[in-house]
Amino acid sequence: MAKSHKPVVWFPFAAGGTVIAFCMPVIVLLTLLAALGHAPAGLDYQNMHVFARSGLGKLIIFGVVALSLWSSAHRLRCTCYDFGLRADTLVATVLYAAAIFGSIAAAVFLARI
Amino acid sequence: MSRKPLVRECPPTTWYFRQPRYMRYMSREITSIFVGAYCVLLVVGLQRLADGPTAWEGFLLALQSPASIVFQILAFVAAVYHAATWFNATQKAMPLQIGEGFVPGNLISGAHYAAWAVLSLIVLILAGVF
Repeated sequence: MAKSHKPVVWFPFAAGGTVIAFCMPVIVLLTLLAALGHAPAGLDYQNMHVFARSGLGKLIIFGVVALSLWSSAHRLRCTCYDFGLRADTLVATVLYAAAIFGSIAAAVFLARI
Repeated sequence: MSRKPLVRECPPTTWYFRQPRYMRYMSREITSIFVGAYCVLLVVGLQRLADGPTAWEGFLLALQSPASIVFQILAFVAAVYHAATWFNATQKAMPLQIGEGFVPGNLISGAHYAAWAVLSLIVLILAGVF
């Protein structure tokens, strides 16, 4: 049976789509509240720092950020193709590389907290 | 015997103007631009958090610029639209069979909406919004 590399791309894409659907609206709402001058107490440095320093907090933050990045990269690749940018290999390489770079950066920042 | 091959015309950049359902598909595709850009914002925020209290306060202050507010409103609309269409699709993507019959599709989507509402509420409470 022929092996395909598609599942490798597809699993994080589907997981990321679900994570974005469940988590992204409320996360954007929180930063939007902060942007409008009504930052909730949870976004204080102290509270964010405590959350990001705990093992569970690190896991949640990294999971949400990395899966969302990967899913977005895959969706942007499809969007580029649909809008007529047909250099798919180039687009895919750039976007997936950006998603991997962003995930590694997130892991490095989390390790520093 | 030779026949003229069928060549289906498909203009690569304007095809989606042909049908309302293609337009709906593309409007969902476009949300990925805002969600993707917002993910980058999250990574930047994480960097500021790692840099210490001053950097984090500066990040929260930078969020208050008019351009940032407009972007976040667009990102919020995009995220909600992505979520709603994603949950609507679940009943087609993973139909649930019990015995002979299938669980009604609206029940599957509805369960996702309910879980979404509960999870969002929990996050808002934990963040101290209420």
